[in-house]
Amino acid sequence: MKIHLSRRYRFSASHRLHSAQLGEEENRRVYGKCNNPYGHGHNYVVEVAVSGPVDQATGMIANLTDLDAFVESEVIEPFDHKYLNEEVTEFRKNVPTAENICIEIFNRLRRFPRARLERVRVEETGLNSFEYAGETAGATHER
Amino acid sequence: MVYLTRKIEFSASHLYHNPAFSAEENRRVFGKCNNPHGHGHNYVLEVTVAGDPDPATGMVLDLKELKEILQREVTDRMDHRFLNYEVPELAGQIPTCENIAAVIWQLLEPKITHGHLNRVRLYETPDLFVDCYGDGNGAHLRAGKAR
Repeated sequence: MKIHLSRRYRFSASHRLHSAQLGEEENRRVYGKCNNPYGHGHNYVVEVAVSGPVDQATGMIANLTDLDAFVESEVIEPFDHKYLNEEVTEFRKNVPTAENICIEIFNRLRRFPRARLERVRVEETGLNSFEYAGETAGATHER
Repeated sequence: MVYLTRKIEFSASHLYHNPAFSAEENRRVFGKCNNPHGHGHNYVLEVTVAGDPDPATGMVLDLKELKEILQREVTDRMDHRFLNYEVPELAGQIPTCENIAAVIWQLLEPKITHGHLNRVRLYETPDLFVDCYGDGNGAHLRAGKAR
């Protein structure tokens, strides 16, 4: 049997979808109102799934206190109430679409030392969600 | 292959305490979950069964049959119970979401005779849940392959 533990977190942030590789008109055409130069914001939900053996002494894959502290320092603190395009280094070169946000969060959380990261799911609104499990589908990165 | 999911809810209390730990270690590891009087949750259980619909009925399995299995194996055992003391399958284990979900998997897996148990998802709160997969299934799902 394989067990995954999942936890949901929240942050609120603003962004603007604008690609330096596209012209002004094309940016407006591709991104529509998300290209508004002043940006706009969302309440994001981040669902983090980890796996690993269940410790017999604690009954846990990972202590939630450790997971919460790691997600707080790696994602919530740097992303919450920020303008992602300017205040998160990676989004100065990558458009902060929910796809790229999901990948960036996965890459930050894969360093969690106490369990294996399986998947990150980001809800940008109640109607859109995005999932990323790494390029190797969680198969090869080491604990 | 079709995946059919049924949801049930049950309410139960528990506490986290390892008798091999000192009182201080129990408090440090388990925090407020170590409160000796216990505390409770409204658990939500989603059970997914995978299979091919029977050409005669169009069903993977009869939902009424699944409902009865869930009532007998889960609700009757765990609903309005103190999990540490009243559920023999959890005896000697810390009743974390991980361990409860694993017990539910073990209870249900042999009872599902039409299709096969694909996933057990147990929510302890809306923000915390555990997924159990069979040894083969998880790998197939993560690789995005149809079984």
